Amino acid sequence: MNIPSREGSKFFPNFKCSKQLIAFALTLVLSLPFAVSAQDAAADAGGADVAHGETVFKNNCAQCHAITDERVVGPGLKGATSRNDMAWLTKWVKNSQAMIASGDPYAVKIYNEYSKAQMTSFPGLSEEDIKAIFAYVDNAATAAPAEAAAGAGAAAGAPAASSGPSDLFMIVLVALVVVMLLVLGVLLVIVTILSKAVAGGEASEGDTDFMTRLGNSLKGIVADPAIRSAVIWVFALLALKATVDGAFGVGVQQGYAPKQPIAFSHKLHAGEYKIDCNYCHTGVNRGRSAHIPSANICMNCHGVIKKESPEIQKIYTSIENDQPIEWVRVHTLPDFAYFNHSQHVNVGGVECETCHGEIGSMEVIQQRSSLTMGWCIDCHRTTEVNTKDNKYYDNLVQLHASESQEALKVEDIGGLECSKCHY
Amino acid sequence: MKNTDKRYWRGLEELRNDEKFVKNAGSEFADAPSDTQYESLVDGTGSNRRDFLKVLGFGMAAVSLAACETPVKKAIPYVNKPVGEFPTLANWYASSYTEGGDYASILVKTREGRPIKIEPNDLGKGFSGIGARVHASLLGLYDNEKLRGPKKGDDTKVSWEAVDKDIMAQLGQVAAKGGAIRILSNTVLSPSTKAVIADFTSKYPTTQHVTYDANSVSALIQANESSFGKAVVPSYDFSKVQTVVSIGADFQGSWISPEIFAGQFAETRRVSSTKDGKKDMSRHYQFETTLSLTGSNADYRTAVKPSQIGLVVASLYNQVAAKLGGKAIPSAKVDVAHLDKAANDLIAAKANALVVCGVNDPAVQVIVNALNSLLGSYGTTINLEAPAYTRQGNDVAMNQLVDEIKGGKVDALFVLGANPVYDHPRGAELAAALPKVGLSVAFNDRPDETASLLKFICPAPHYLESWNDAMPKAGFYSLTQPTISLVFNTRQAQVSLLKWAGLNDDYHEYIKSYWRKNVYTQGGKGDYESFWVKSLHDGVFMTPAANATASATFAGDIDAAAASVGKQYKASASGLELALYQNVGIGTGASANNPWLQELPEPVTKACWDNFAMISQHTASELGFEQGDVVKVDLNGKAIELPVMVQPGQANGTVAVAIGFGREKAGKSADGVGKNAYPLASFAGGFLSFAPGEVTVTKTGDFREVAQTQTHNTVMNRKSVLQETVLGQFQKDPLAGRFIPEIHTSDGVVDATDLSLWNGHQYKNHSWGMVVDLNTCYGCGSCVIGCQSENNIPVVGRQEIINSREMHWMRIDRYYSSDADVEDLRGLEIASENPEVTFQPMMCQHCNNAPCETVCPVLATTHSSEGLNQMTYNRCVGTRYCANNCPYKVRRFNWFKYFDNDNFDYNFNNDLGKMVINPEVTVRSRGVIEKCSMCVQRIQEGKLTAKRERRQVKDGDINVACASACPTNAITFGDMNDAESRISKLLSEEREGRAFHMLEEINVRPQVSYLTKVRNKDTKVKVEATKEHA
Repeated sequence: MNIPSREGSKFFPNFKCSKQLIAFALTLVLSLPFAVSAQDAAADAGGADVAHGETVFKNNCAQCHAITDERVVGPGLKGATSRNDMAWLTKWVKNSQAMIASGDPYAVKIYNEYSKAQMTSFPGLSEEDIKAIFAYVDNAATAAPAEAAAGAGAAAGAPAASSGPSDLFMIVLVALVVVMLLVLGVLLVIVTILSKAVAGGEASEGDTDFMTRLGNSLKGIVADPAIRSAVIWVFALLALKATVDGAFGVGVQQGYAPKQPIAFSHKLHAGEYKIDCNYCHTGVNRGRSAHIPSANICMNCHGVIKKESPEIQKIYTSIENDQPIEWVRVHTLPDFAYFNHSQHVNVGGVECETCHGEIGSMEVIQQRSSLTMGWCIDCHRTTEVNTKDNKYYDNLVQLHASESQEALKVEDIGGLECSKCHY
Repeated sequence: MKNTDKRYWRGLEELRNDEKFVKNAGSEFADAPSDTQYESLVDGTGSNRRDFLKVLGFGMAAVSLAACETPVKKAIPYVNKPVGEFPTLANWYASSYTEGGDYASILVKTREGRPIKIEPNDLGKGFSGIGARVHASLLGLYDNEKLRGPKKGDDTKVSWEAVDKDIMAQLGQVAAKGGAIRILSNTVLSPSTKAVIADFTSKYPTTQHVTYDANSVSALIQANESSFGKAVVPSYDFSKVQTVVSIGADFQGSWISPEIFAGQFAETRRVSSTKDGKKDMSRHYQFETTLSLTGSNADYRTAVKPSQIGLVVASLYNQVAAKLGGKAIPSAKVDVAHLDKAANDLIAAKANALVVCGVNDPAVQVIVNALNSLLGSYGTTINLEAPAYTRQGNDVAMNQLVDEIKGGKVDALFVLGANPVYDHPRGAELAAALPKVGLSVAFNDRPDETASLLKFICPAPHYLESWNDAMPKAGFYSLTQPTISLVFNTRQAQVSLLKWAGLNDDYHEYIKSYWRKNVYTQGGKGDYESFWVKSLHDGVFMTPAANATASATFAGDIDAAAASVGKQYKASASGLELALYQNVGIGTGASANNPWLQELPEPVTKACWDNFAMISQHTASELGFEQGDVVKVDLNGKAIELPVMVQPGQANGTVAVAIGFGREKAGKSADGVGKNAYPLASFAGGFLSFAPGEVTVTKTGDFREVAQTQTHNTVMNRKSVLQETVLGQFQKDPLAGRFIPEIHTSDGVVDATDLSLWNGHQYKNHSWGMVVDLNTCYGCGSCVIGCQSENNIPVVGRQEIINSREMHWMRIDRYYSSDADVEDLRGLEIASENPEVTFQPMMCQHCNNAPCETVCPVLATTHSSEGLNQMTYNRCVGTRYCANNCPYKVRRFNWFKYFDNDNFDYNFNNDLGKMVINPEVTVRSRGVIEKCSMCVQRIQEGKLTAKRERRQVKDGDINVACASACPTNAITFGDMNDAESRISKLLSEEREGRAFHMLEEINVRPQVSYLTKVRNKDTKVKVEATKEHA
């Protein structure tokens, strides 16, 4: 008697599987149009210059300047081309100190306005580069409102998507019932017509009108105990299914996107500035927790950038009062489930987005995966083990190769066993 | 059956066929007590249907309510993350455990800034064996009943500034009039603390430091002064011993440094089954009154009365002296078994012989010194050059201090953590006199029996919150560093003393500069800063002085000693004598408010949460006592009432009581547990004596059941559970004593393990297993606490132990074996007066053909691909089928919710106590089964570390809590698939030798193997032959 544990756990995921697929498909379907339109908007207006400009801007300027009129360390660049001509701008970017020293009035004015903080000179940038930067800035200024609108649309779409599966199920169900009722009606009509035709001459006898006969036959149906019990059974089973489905959903927080104490945007940091996840989530390669960054990590940049923003002031207050920021936890696993980030990210080479979704496009962080056991198991069944350059797996790879033609999956090395996650 | 010539019994209950024993023997779980003190709802066994429906209804409502809204959980990061601190990753710090004179070099595992586990520090060579008390000291840190801050009179709101001002003003007055200032402490191991006291003394020259120990060896120090001119406790090296004779010294259980001695001694007990493997062992004789842990491990043990013990030493001396040409001493002949044999073996071992004695009588110790000197043990097994400092108490000085305080001659008293009102025989006198002392300050962590009588309490933090150093042995230096910031508003005693002496009160800097002046100069390498950092990292620093050895010449007055012994001891006495002894877990009772220690079954009696009057069966029958009868033990008017424990091996005509119990002001877990036996101790010639003389013992008519665990978990048919042999037979045949079950089939006889209905498992990568050497396991219980600490095992309390519901995953079974032949059925029914004892650690055997797995209806217990029998709590529905089907009885059921439950008011019932919880292990809730997981969390962690480092798991990367806790390395854990691992090598050596599986005939194929116990006894045939000659 050798009952492998996986047989036991099969119950769980299979129940969930179909629902999951629907949810995923639906999310995909609903989010695709918006994603595409946003990209289109960016692509249309631009051209090569804009794309080049974006790269140069992000590599050199983004630390201190916003493309809006927002003041970061230096002034926002929106409308910079209207304030000064291109020649002035080129000169300024290449060597601002020289311009201030030469007494250029606008340069001196800016210098004084920004508390005599000197802008780094970029003599390395070519004229084309600088032109491209401002092409990008101007383009972004016009594209930004459109994008914001698209973003809002996507955000509005998301909740609908998350609550989708059960709604869709209900819609399909209702539609089915309506269609069936229609078919029933049509059939009844046909039956009536046919019976009339069969009756033919004996019209006088069967001259009761259609509605009465329909009523009679309906009465007959209602009175029939077999049909009655069948209806009750169907109803009871449907109710049971709804309850069971509901019970599986208890504690599943998919789509949970609570308001956070600080309006931190992953879209801006991870998406636009492409700051590596690791930079803030320092534990992700080391241990169980990825770590919510402590305030001192924020200060690495915000010690100089956007100090006066009210949201960033909250971090300053936190540090001054020695009171930690109480973020609202989004991804929560039950206490009896063990999960280790380093196993997945460092060893397994799994991308953050695989479980957390498109973090780079989330203004407010949202739980994208269901984080149920079925979801874990499904992935462990299909994922290949990242054995490359890892001596730990040498034995296993060798053994597996001698036994099977297929790739080494997580489930093949005990990834479905209870004590991998529960102890 | 082949090879089985012994019958074992677990306790007298079994031989008596007690009603309760018989009832429980057949069932896995004891019934609920009829007069249950918990209402049926809380009690898992109540069958109140209405309650059940109510709970069900509420549960449904609660679930639906809970489903409506997500509970908002917070994720709170650091404001400023400390460098090197990563949430969810453990940090380890080397430190030192010191309590009284006890010392251990330890590593402290911390998570998110709180210590959660104590492990031995391998760099602390010679002091890395740690016992149950050291493991449990962790829980002492999170004791909720300590003082939150300084206390003046009844005022606990007072500030440190106010206290300082008051004390300094009063100290000034005392100093001005030249009044006597006394500092009272137990053994102080810290040289820096001694320097602080010296600094304090130079500021207030009328200061004297008095040291005493509740378990004093003052007489040994005194004897060494008179014999060798050195007032020290020598360091002993049991690893060089060929013959050891211990007379009343429980050197593996409670005498001086038991874990250290046990670790050394185990090296002489290790044997190997390979052809040219080690096949010789040391031999151990024990002469003692109570069956101690050490005595139960002895090859030859003789029960003697306390009044005989001095004569046993003298007779042994005379026998050895007669053969080695020493000077004979006049001594009455004492008729005890094995004395001649012991003398012969001592002579044969010569320099590798060792005689130790636990009697606190200088005359006896002088004779022991003479005996060891005669044998030439000094320089090999005993070393006076690098003495131990672990006991420095001076009984005479302490007695003087009590007189001084009584006479009102002490003007200021500072108590450095000691608790003499409780643990000194003259505690009552002290209690009456202490309020008379003008300025009295305690540094104790709580208002205990002593501190509560003093005017000020300036609580000192736990050692895990403190800076300190220690010198347990000459040349062996060790550091204690804080592993958590102060839990309460406490302050180290050293800081207080420095402050009151008007000095810089930074004790950390003080130690640093002390080490610069005194330790670094003894061979520190590199610049001082790097020396300091390295010492802190290693935890220890050894100077060449630690290894110094020299022989010594005995220059004592043996005639005077013999005369004194002749006067004090009698060869035969008829009265009922009292013997006090120290319990292995509780010790002196200083850390009694520790539920882990209270619930640790005492190794031999397997009793917990109580002390009792131990009497032999013979004496009990004579007096008409039965187990559990409450009796009054009366020593000249000083009396305590205790339940009777009938104990095999106890000397007839004696009654033994453990010290360390009966605390009154220690806290919830200790107060009222047992009775305080210290007042019954006496002084003989100024030295503390645990053999105070004759007592009268009378029945009170009450009954109190003692909570004992041994007979709780039935293991049927012990023939194949325990396998043992004697050395002579083992030398001839490594398979001696093995039970190899056979089955007769139509094809002839086959091994029981050759037939199977099972398909078996394949372990491709790892196959985790354990080997337990019954020869080196001596039953101390360190692993039990190590496991409890690692795996968040709850404390259940006395009543639940009586109900057979202890939760320990690891238990140590103690078996007595009958003297009678296996055919002598009548003889087997009589309890042996002096049985042989075997200890067997018992945990989940992780069977390959696991009976538990097949019966679980919900697949909550399954098999892993690495040989583990997995237990999934969240799946368990509590049918308990698995536990019923487990042949080893190692599964535990959570009858209650043991956390946040006022019925179990231990560490899981308060926020501070819960800080000790290991975050890697689930805290189990009511209604699920749990059992040894082979520390799967450590296995997973070790594997993950290897994966992250892109390498294979190395042997030694992973160790289970019990194996790392074992002071004698009796447990070997490892990957049996790795040919290079210690466990594989050990098994390949022992597979055709001592290695056996428990209950091999049922063919469950455990991953845990045991190695036969080998006693260094003469084979039985030989014994009979000598009888015939005689």
